[in-house]
Amino acid sequence: MSFSVTEPNKGTKWFAGVLVVGYALITIAPLLWIIATGFKSPADSIAYPPKVVFEPSLEGYVNLFTERTRATPDMLEAQGEPKNWYEQIARDQGTVISGPSRYGERFLNSVIIGFGSTALCMILGTAAAYAFSRFRVPLKDDLLFFILSTRMMPPIAVAIPIFLMFRNLGLNDTHLGMILLYTGVNLSLSVWLLKGFIDEIPIEYEEAALIDGYTRFQAFYKVVLPQAATGIASTAIFCLIFAWNEYAFAVLLTSGTAQTAPPFIPTIIGVGGKDWPAVAAGATIFLVPVMVFTILLRKHLLRGITFGAVRK
Amino acid sequence: MAQIRIENVRKEFGAFTAVQSSSFTIEDGEFFMLLGPSGCGKTTTLRMMAGLELPTSGQIYIDGEEVGQKPASQRDIAFVFQMFALYPHMNVRGNISYPLKSQGMKSADVNKKVGEVAEILGINDILDRPVGGLSGGDRQRVALGRAIVRDPKAFFMDEPLGALDAEFREHMAEELRALHDRMGATTVYVTHDQLEAMQMGDKIVVMNHGVVEQFGVPQDIYDWPATKFVAQFIGSPPMNFLEFEGMIGTGGTEVRLNDVAIQVPASREGANGKLTFGVRPEHVKFDDTAEYRGRVIATEYLGTTQIVTFDTPNGLLKARVASHEAVNDGQLIGLGFDPRTITLFDARQGRALRSEGNEGVLRHG
Repeated sequence: MSFSVTEPNKGTKWFAGVLVVGYALITIAPLLWIIATGFKSPADSIAYPPKVVFEPSLEGYVNLFTERTRATPDMLEAQGEPKNWYEQIARDQGTVISGPSRYGERFLNSVIIGFGSTALCMILGTAAAYAFSRFRVPLKDDLLFFILSTRMMPPIAVAIPIFLMFRNLGLNDTHLGMILLYTGVNLSLSVWLLKGFIDEIPIEYEEAALIDGYTRFQAFYKVVLPQAATGIASTAIFCLIFAWNEYAFAVLLTSGTAQTAPPFIPTIIGVGGKDWPAVAAGATIFLVPVMVFTILLRKHLLRGITFGAVRK
Repeated sequence: MAQIRIENVRKEFGAFTAVQSSSFTIEDGEFFMLLGPSGCGKTTTLRMMAGLELPTSGQIYIDGEEVGQKPASQRDIAFVFQMFALYPHMNVRGNISYPLKSQGMKSADVNKKVGEVAEILGINDILDRPVGGLSGGDRQRVALGRAIVRDPKAFFMDEPLGALDAEFREHMAEELRALHDRMGATTVYVTHDQLEAMQMGDKIVVMNHGVVEQFGVPQDIYDWPATKFVAQFIGSPPMNFLEFEGMIGTGGTEVRLNDVAIQVPASREGANGKLTFGVRPEHVKFDDTAEYRGRVIATEYLGTTQIVTFDTPNGLLKARVASHEAVNDGQLIGLGFDPRTITLFDARQGRALRSEGNEGVLRHG
């Protein structure tokens, strides 16, 4: 296929550049504000007019990761010299560190549940998509429609039945329960996305591998999977972002052992006045894994978004 | 290397029958062409031999062993796909060595073998290049390399030259044939191009609508078509058909077209009713003494020859004559036919009548 590309003139390029930079600034501003707030003192964080230039402080991060108790000056005096920098920060606020906070555990829960459900979703989704793409599956169209139909209402609409089911099955507030739930919600999207990607891979590659003496599974594993990498990566990002950000089910179904970070972060607000820097610090750290994951897979993601747009 | 035998093989996809009970034998070392228009079942037949489709019924023997229901990986054959199907995530060396790796061959032996194959195909210098940027010809060579590296029992090729441009196709066809002659491997080659089939094949099977129409050496198929379909599909321009009502007895040597007696090879079967008189354009001669006449309605100049189209009492007829013959539109010319080359067909069944000329040649599938 041949197509021609016209080089845009200078004015158009300039206009496009301004548009892109402007859009980037608008979307990135709240993010920068959150990150900045994490490094403000509580007073600076609620100052009016808002402070853009401020003295950075790690108070928010210390407060995020610790439990503290208020102490009178006499009691502080009795504690002796602070042992390290974060104790010093706590002392400066007139508090004594009584132990670590739950944020670490909650964050780890998010990692286990988010990445666990994404991995499970990819394994099941790739296998199902391959079967739908390559084999004569009885009632294929009906099954595909059924899978798609699970996305036709917001997942939270079935919250109460799921809550009751989880209670009967003993899955309430468990990692397994949350992994299964997020996998269930994401699987329909991944099957559909991955089927599209696998459909684009010519079947001749597998046939060539079969002729070359490999079994069907080896052909799938060694020939189809490497070529579906783009699709798998972009689908994985979609799944991870959903599971990572999910709030409603997490509030409803987890309270302790398996609670993820999203329902935990708001609870920080209530502890001894509105501690916005600690909330912002929690949100900032929470952003990091998805950011890293997306940056690692960005090459695949870009190719994934434009996949199929141009036929080779 | 092996003989391949197809017995009563049939393939149905749901209600659609792609291949109807076909039988033929491919001898050891033959370059065998499966020829037919698109949708005739030739590719399905090849894929069944390779094990990429399983036949609905019938047997396939490779080297005497029945393999009809075995998966492709157990048949020890090689397949060259029309789009080459080179693994895009591997370089040239990776592609060629892939079939060897499945056998668990040691990497030193693999490298040696890949080197030998690259030498044969003249692709030594591109072994470490990714397959993405290769030219059509080089892709073709890599695909061939992947096929020959394993010394399989047979090569199956599905229109391997179809993806190349016309100029290069000719060259690659010669290269392929030379490679076959050098290796002596049984090769089955699918094509819809009758010239390619005649040029390269030792034997040809012509298929249409899932049925084997004729099976034989290229010259027999060209000279003595078994059906009207074969007569029309092979040759450019195709064989002329003059329709007439008439009869011929067993041993008869002439038919009457428009009340003119015309000599034909001695018939081996009698026929009566609607018949078709088949003659190749190059066997039509200008003959002023002939009683059978046609009026010139068009001429096409082709260099050394020209194709002259006549309107005759029995339909249109094309003749291939030397280009120095002066022919004018509207001219009435006497036409003679070389009696040794005529084929009569039963017009209704489309089947050639047996005669002195084609007996021993006609073999239906």
